[in-house]
Amino acid sequence: MTLLSVENLRIEVAASKAAIVEDLSFAVERGEFLAVVGESGSGKTAAARAVLGLLPPGLRKAGGRIVLDGVDLANVSGRQMRTLRGPVVGMVFQEPMVSLNPAISVGAQMAEGLGLHERLGKREIKRRCLDMLARVQIRDPERTFDAYPHEFSGGMRQRIMLASVMLLKPKLLIADEPTTALDTLTQREVLDLMVGLARDHGTSVMLITHNLGLVSRYAQRALVLRQGRMVETGTTRQILFSPREAYTKRLVEALPRRGATTKARQGGEPLVSVRGLKVGFAGRQRLFRRDSGVSAVNGVDLDIAAGETVAVVGGSGSGKTTLGRAMLRLIPTTDGEIRFRGRDVTATVDRDFRLASQLVFQDPYSSLDPRMRVGEIVAEPLRHVPQLTPSERDRRVEAMLDEVGLAGLGKRWPHELSGGQRQRIAIARAIVREPAFVVADEPVSALDMTIQAQVLKLFERLQAQYGFACLFISHDLAAVEQVADRVVVMQGGKIVEQGSRDDIFDRPQHDYTKALLAAAPVLDFAGAAAERASG
Amino acid sequence: MRANTAIGGTLIALLLGAAGTGAFWTPFDPLRINLRARLQAPSSLHWFGTDEFGRDVLSRIMVGAGASVVIALITVLLAVTAGMVIGCAAGYIRGWADRIIMAVNDALLAFPGILLALAVMIVVGANKAGLILALGLAYIPSVVRVVRGTVLSIREKEYVEASRVIGNSEVYSMFRHVMPNAIAPVAVLATSMFGWVLLAESALSFLGLGVPPPAPTWGNMLAASRPFMETAAWLSIAPGLCIALTLLGINLLGDSLRDRLDPRMAHG
Repeated sequence: MTLLSVENLRIEVAASKAAIVEDLSFAVERGEFLAVVGESGSGKTAAARAVLGLLPPGLRKAGGRIVLDGVDLANVSGRQMRTLRGPVVGMVFQEPMVSLNPAISVGAQMAEGLGLHERLGKREIKRRCLDMLARVQIRDPERTFDAYPHEFSGGMRQRIMLASVMLLKPKLLIADEPTTALDTLTQREVLDLMVGLARDHGTSVMLITHNLGLVSRYAQRALVLRQGRMVETGTTRQILFSPREAYTKRLVEALPRRGATTKARQGGEPLVSVRGLKVGFAGRQRLFRRDSGVSAVNGVDLDIAAGETVAVVGGSGSGKTTLGRAMLRLIPTTDGEIRFRGRDVTATVDRDFRLASQLVFQDPYSSLDPRMRVGEIVAEPLRHVPQLTPSERDRRVEAMLDEVGLAGLGKRWPHELSGGQRQRIAIARAIVREPAFVVADEPVSALDMTIQAQVLKLFERLQAQYGFACLFISHDLAAVEQVADRVVVMQGGKIVEQGSRDDIFDRPQHDYTKALLAAAPVLDFAGAAAERASG
Repeated sequence: MRANTAIGGTLIALLLGAAGTGAFWTPFDPLRINLRARLQAPSSLHWFGTDEFGRDVLSRIMVGAGASVVIALITVLLAVTAGMVIGCAAGYIRGWADRIIMAVNDALLAFPGILLALAVMIVVGANKAGLILALGLAYIPSVVRVVRGTVLSIREKEYVEASRVIGNSEVYSMFRHVMPNAIAPVAVLATSMFGWVLLAESALSFLGLGVPPPAPTWGNMLAASRPFMETAAWLSIAPGLCIALTLLGINLLGDSLRDRLDPRMAHG
């Protein structure tokens, strides 16, 4: 039986009449798990919000029919729509950090919906909230009920969000990239909970995502969107394993695959070597004493050979980003030693080390100065290469831009370019001085999947060409599998396992590594099907 | 948006035109007293009327425009430049430097600006330079506050860290990456400050501490017109209207200037 049917939906920008979603038709059956797949700008979020009647300002529904639970939304007033939101359709948002009101306690936020839609006593409301919090595996429901959102991590907040939405037992749950901001292990936990809850209540789920691994693990049917139009729809198996359309094929092919290991020069002394590295953050200064601090990196030993790619993986809070920054001497270390080409660079500001090392950031939107043109950004590192004449410098910048596929864009501003192009600029800036050592901190996790594949490929090609060593920090095991020679697994500031890529992926030893690998959303259709059958 | 720029531009062009012309030529001598023609209403001969000493108001407005614009412009420049440097230093260096600067700054902020200016004026004396210095000092603390706050947020941005990774010095990073990105809020502040200074100048003149008579400024003309408000309203209307229109022009032009300076808005 059909719960939601959307016919010929058209959503456009009110001012310019440009279509965001065009001629989109799909249906969600009761109890079904539908995945809506698309890259940024595909209109997947706009389509979902149209179902809720919550289009962002500036967008409007310009045509088509949405029938939800037998009600045509065109005939529904604003007041009636409000009675539908909650008991009929609920939504979990992408960003758990901002989707809970920081000024209201968790309990009050959860109770809000129940109080609006059902006539229940205070006691009963609280009881139901506590039950639901326990159901989403929150350890201390009583305390959580009275706590405020800032006391919880992203994964916990997303559970609370899920709990408050599922409290009303909606017939349809729309989850818009609910775990994109979470690390792999948490992602797995939250999604498993979501699927379990949905099954208990007979709720249909519309999961909006760009992650094909998640689609294969959880969804029965999938819908592929591109630039506001439907590319194709079908069962998950058919979409992922025998896609009909070229675009879907491209998406599937863009998934990272295990690449060839580069032959790292063996023997000799390592390029960068770290011994017993510790980094602590001081606690908050109270009136008379200082709170005990936290140590983010707690005794790490690591060697990186010239030209080698070492990946650091781990959940959020494992200290992997801190390790990268500390190795570049961007944050002070509390203990231990960093050697570069055999020289101790821990205490002194070593000019050679600074000029030979570089960093690529995660977010291409905040790592480029908005007031500098692309060419200026890429030229900046060359300030410190004094023997270059201005014309040589310009030539080198142009060659570099050409290298990353941005030839002729030197006069543009960063904001005029897409996320993928901006990340290419950031890579060009890091490579232009031909460094010996590059730290790449989640360089592709903010990008769309086809763009991720392109940027990873570019990165690999540049590495082969320039031969720099790379510390590749990521929680995305698929990307790691593609680029890494060696993998280091971190948990709680310590290295729990390290080894060659094939060893780690094929023969993991430590429990944490095994858990990470098991949680990684990969295209694993057989496993997912078995899980569903047994569940 | 376009219309605002045009209106702002026209008003400021008129102001500068009047000030520029006033420096070389005025319809009458702005200082010549003619008691037979005192308190005349606006006419074809005296467009804006005459004051209690029979001086031509239009001529005085034109000469006063020059004085007021120079005072306001230099004061704002002084406050913004000093405020930028102090605020950037506090926000970028942090630690003890920040604490000391901000303690002094907040103490100064606690005084009303006009009171601070009054105190300075009493020390340096009532003349144009003294006025500029006094008002400039009085407005530095608010610029420092705004700049420090902005710098604190910008210095944590990844592009500033990227600059450090490149090997740029802290001072270079501050001037090349932090300061340009901190300009937008300061530009907004500076435009409204221009207005405050014009008004403060008239307030100080009103108290007898501004530019001493007989030299005209809009502020002291407005102050001198007070006793005649009921019988010769044009004496207040002319400088008052000039101040209001100048503020409008500055604000409109300031807004479009800020957008023009920001590459993210310039093409919008």
